[in-house]
Amino acid sequence: MLALVAVLLLALGAAATIFRRAPAVLGVSAALSASGAAAALASLIAGGPTLALALPIGLPSGLMAPDGMTLALDPLSAMFLLILFVAAAFCAVYAIDQHEAEDRRALAGFPAFVGAMALALLAADAFTLVFGFELMSAVSWLLVLARHEDADSRSAGIFYVGMALFGGLCLVPAFAVLAHAGGAHAGLLDLRFSAMRAAPPEGWRAALVLALVLLGAGSKAGLVPLHPWLPLAHPAAPSHVSALMSGAMTKVGLYVIVRVLFDLCGPAQPLWWGIPLIAAGAASALIGALRATADGDIKSVLACSTIENVGLIAVGLGVALVARGADLPALAALALCAALLHALGHGVFKPLMFLCVGSVAHGAGTRSLARLGGLIHRMPVTAGCAILGAACLAGLPVFAGFAGEWLLFQAVLAGPRIGGLALQTLFAALAAVLALSVALAAAAAVRLIGVAFLGRPRGPRAAVADEAGPRARAAMIGLSGLAVLLGLLPGPAIWLLEPALRGLSGAGMAGRAGWLAISPTQESFGYAPAAIALLVALAAAGGMLALRRLAARGIALGRERGPAWANGFAAPPAWLPFGDSVTQYGGASFSEPLQRTLGRTLLRGGDPAMHWLMRPLLAARGAISRAADAMQVLTIRRILTVMFAVLVLFLAVIAAVEM
Amino acid sequence: MAILIAFVLQALHIALVFAAAPLVVGVIRSVKARLVGRAGPSVLQPYRDLLRLVRKRTVVAENASAVFLLAPMAAFAATAAAAALVPSFALGMISAPIADLLVVAGLLTIARVAQALAGMDVGTAFGGIGASREMSFAAFAEPALLLVIFTLVLLAGTTNLDVVAGLLRDGSLGLRVSLGLVLVAALAVAAAENGRIPVDNPATHLELTMVHEAMVLEYSGPDLAVIEATAALRLTLWLTLIAAVFIPFGIAVPEASALGWLTGLGAWVGKILALAVALAVFETSIAKMRVFRVPEFLGIAVLLGLLAAVFLFVSTGFA
Repeated sequence: MLALVAVLLLALGAAATIFRRAPAVLGVSAALSASGAAAALASLIAGGPTLALALPIGLPSGLMAPDGMTLALDPLSAMFLLILFVAAAFCAVYAIDQHEAEDRRALAGFPAFVGAMALALLAADAFTLVFGFELMSAVSWLLVLARHEDADSRSAGIFYVGMALFGGLCLVPAFAVLAHAGGAHAGLLDLRFSAMRAAPPEGWRAALVLALVLLGAGSKAGLVPLHPWLPLAHPAAPSHVSALMSGAMTKVGLYVIVRVLFDLCGPAQPLWWGIPLIAAGAASALIGALRATADGDIKSVLACSTIENVGLIAVGLGVALVARGADLPALAALALCAALLHALGHGVFKPLMFLCVGSVAHGAGTRSLARLGGLIHRMPVTAGCAILGAACLAGLPVFAGFAGEWLLFQAVLAGPRIGGLALQTLFAALAAVLALSVALAAAAAVRLIGVAFLGRPRGPRAAVADEAGPRARAAMIGLSGLAVLLGLLPGPAIWLLEPALRGLSGAGMAGRAGWLAISPTQESFGYAPAAIALLVALAAAGGMLALRRLAARGIALGRERGPAWANGFAAPPAWLPFGDSVTQYGGASFSEPLQRTLGRTLLRGGDPAMHWLMRPLLAARGAISRAADAMQVLTIRRILTVMFAVLVLFLAVIAAVEM
Repeated sequence: MAILIAFVLQALHIALVFAAAPLVVGVIRSVKARLVGRAGPSVLQPYRDLLRLVRKRTVVAENASAVFLLAPMAAFAATAAAAALVPSFALGMISAPIADLLVVAGLLTIARVAQALAGMDVGTAFGGIGASREMSFAAFAEPALLLVIFTLVLLAGTTNLDVVAGLLRDGSLGLRVSLGLVLVAALAVAAAENGRIPVDNPATHLELTMVHEAMVLEYSGPDLAVIEATAALRLTLWLTLIAAVFIPFGIAVPEASALGWLTGLGAWVGKILALAVALAVFETSIAKMRVFRVPEFLGIAVLLGLLAAVFLFVSTGFA
């Protein structure tokens, strides 16, 4: 089966070159992705036997230990592959309808992007993983630049490539340290994961790996403080690519974190290992959610919400690491299950939301909230799917986002059992921060739907927006269906994660996940989405019936349409067919209370990472380049002196190394 | 047999809570009127108001979408489902295994989101202002609520409301300072969630100070009746929740006899009446806050919740 997946990868790469027409490329991508998703699902259902495959290509022989690249499909890889291929299949179908002229530049990149991500997920040695990871970065960079006429896209592309290079710069030494711990064989570093697993790093080496992986893979996943590129680069790409970048590429970053910290570094790591991950995750959740309530661009809002969700997943991973360090496998499994289940849910509802707002950008001609409004009348299917996606985004019960967040809260609430006053207080503060983030995400979801889809149009273009094409609608409806299914049946989804949980945390969720209900411990009661949904449906039916019975005795039935009451405001004049747009609440006015109370102190006028990290870095770069400029205008005497000094320094260093 | 009893208890609970909800509002209004020296309407007035609204014709704004039409019933259904989960006079109802505190909070969020979306649907300024403030206040109330739940979980070990109420009723957890701190935090959250003074004034007629009322200005007729019923139900739910967790005396255990259930019923009615009167006295004695003082008010609730958790860690060496 793994050979099949490998062939699939090659086919994805070839799809772009063989076919020239957009529908053919995208159709083939969709079919290949669907079969990839089926293969990953089959592997998970089969209980995730590990399959391995060695490719005859790779680094020139004699440089490093495995001669060719090696692939392996284990439960963890299969689960992330499932997220990737499901999203990719729907995005490709969607793109057939929504393709715009400038998106032709993104055509060849799309299958290559999917293939590169799959390669990174399937890698069984460090070279293959870094190769796939960097290929993914490079191709996605090209996709971000698909609309390079736009100055914003260009600057986003430059920022993104800088962050991607930095990520690679951190990952390579991380794997070098890991391989070094495995010991050198005949002077060659053994890059295979199996060798790294056999000799996990200890002491300062382990801490170094942790720091480098958090920086390298965290920058791709969107963890604070390396997140500011997401809201710039994700919206710049065509929508079906944005959907994959947010839904799947951030997950590849998270996959690398899980693979290295849980798998390659082994279970014998100290308790504090999870703390940096928890801190970065909580900060990401808060900053992402707060930015999502303020951004004026509908795709940026979703990218900020991705930062929030990645933060929640990272918190789950951190709690799992802490619990594993404290030798509480059941709690570790609970936290890891929360993180993976939320990753699965986010992998469905975030692409769904991106496809919906992509349809809005396509149909209404703008991504700016200040020019949208009232789209539910012109785009009912898109609006319906967006409302469903927003309910998942807001973490409402029985929708896809809730189960993961519920389990995460259960893990955090059980966290104080680990002990230690400082750690317990940390967990209490963590619970408050997570609750704030989830509530802010709900505010952001209401704002996105309320301003873009409800109310009156804020511009003439929004008043004549077109509904998405049939295949785009089908993709959105399909993803909505998956989101509903995932929301109602979290138990079966957890069964799919079971082998990965057992492998990574030493315990599973057996006895805690059933068809209808999931629970944090085997003895306790839990969350039963189907029963809750039934209860709500019964309440609605009962309410409707009672209303009908009572109203039947009234004097008049039915609804009558009239002008909006608006507390007796006069009707707008004839030259304002949709009323005066300034009398309607917009995106900026909606977020004003939150910005006034939280935003000013936390965000520092945009983003704290920009304020504290990026701007000082840019200033330092400017200072260095100015200093270097001075070198260019030196007199020949001084240039010779500098060259001589460098030579002496170089020789001194060599002498020191030789000794 | 046990299942049958649990089922009967559930049905009785739902009927009681639904029937009592308008009465709770009536009692509060009547007591408030008396306290300021007015005769005030009968305590039954809310029932008459609901009936009057139900029999009226509905006028809907021209540009209202399906969201506007469906939101009142969605909010009602979610609130009603939450109300069905919170034990009133007896534990061990059929819904006990799924009565999770986080799920109850989530169902109330569904109701809030539905009403906020409906407020934005017609595109008037008031609807937007109400929705924006409602969601912002909720963002501050949620951390406080979660810290309340956090402390309860530290004591009871689970988020299941039935188990928590049962353990607190037994008194096996003892009387604790933390519970007192958490009670204050819970009351602040309840005031914010129900739009009561000092966060919002349920009887206001000045639009600029409105939060809850501003979102529903466009509604009329049966739709408005559903919204009013939802608000009454939510208030009763919160009072019942606070009674079940913080004044757990008298609530009937699953194996109780008929006498036990009658005692539980009496205790519940007494507790709700006492809480309603206390709320009326409190609302009469203080003024509504400025909108931007509300985050500070709820921030204090968050700190109290945090303090309660830390107290518990220190005092018990919880491990």
